[in-house]
Amino acid sequence: MMSLESIPIQAFLIVSSALFCIGIWGLLNSRNAVRVLMSIELMLNAVNINLMAFSSYVDNNLIQGQVFTIFVITVAAAEAAVGLAILLSLYRNRVTVDMESFNLLKW
Amino acid sequence: MSIAITTQIICFTILSLVILIGALGVVLLESIVYSAFLLGGVFMSVAGLYLLLNASFVAAAQVLVYVGAVNVLIIFAIMLVNKQEDLKPINDIKSRRIISTSICLTLLSLLIRVDLTNIWSLSSPQNSIGEESTIRIGEHLFSDYLLPFEVASVLLLMAMIGAIVLARRDVMSKDISTGLPVDQELIEKSSEPLLTNKN
Repeated sequence: MMSLESIPIQAFLIVSSALFCIGIWGLLNSRNAVRVLMSIELMLNAVNINLMAFSSYVDNNLIQGQVFTIFVITVAAAEAAVGLAILLSLYRNRVTVDMESFNLLKW
Repeated sequence: MSIAITTQIICFTILSLVILIGALGVVLLESIVYSAFLLGGVFMSVAGLYLLLNASFVAAAQVLVYVGAVNVLIIFAIMLVNKQEDLKPINDIKSRRIISTSICLTLLSLLIRVDLTNIWSLSSPQNSIGEESTIRIGEHLFSDYLLPFEVASVLLLMAMIGAIVLARRDVMSKDISTGLPVDQELIEKSSEPLLTNKN
């Protein structure tokens, strides 16, 4: 086995790919609306791991990926706040968090 | 990075195992409360990965924003909408599961193939800036990323106002339909749903 100088970037990329796919699976299969929001957060974290890995391995002088990660964290916080507020008002009107019953836009 | 490579590999293995198993727990566990707490663990482990990548500022921001704000918000939402309900069974749930799982596995294999076969043009890891990264992020935020930085502050203000407008109850002294005075208590009471299910 060759001696490594640092962790290969592929390891980070594989972890983030797996996390992203788990997030998509949860997004497609959850019945509870809160769990759907949690899956979206998982996907955003996977994207952040990708950005951070590339910023550290490819662009480690001008770390622009880290600045992007900061912005993604900002947008994720705003998204969580608005999403949970929508969820609360939806729960108040329909008295359920089942994703199958949110079919107002279905014709 | 001054940590020895063996320590780095051990830390990376533990953190990625915690991330993947925790994420599987988040999407698979029956109880939503366990999922929320596991999500906090996943966020902490992602912050650990950022520390391994020499990014202390982003790791601190991850812990503060995700664990401190988003996860607490999710737990509050679970507390507010926590009602034991029997979900209606879906008749074609099995085919849905099969299709979505196969889509996810296909995407995963595609992504891993790209990760492993592409030749990344990496710069040498010797000139890592390490602890200087916080200073560099500050320089970026106040020079070439100044406009996105200001737009982000407007976005946060909009999200705050939007969340308040969406989540508050309409404060009225009288009920519209019955004319009785409304008691303004914090506890949600059972009321007639406005948008009842038509089918």
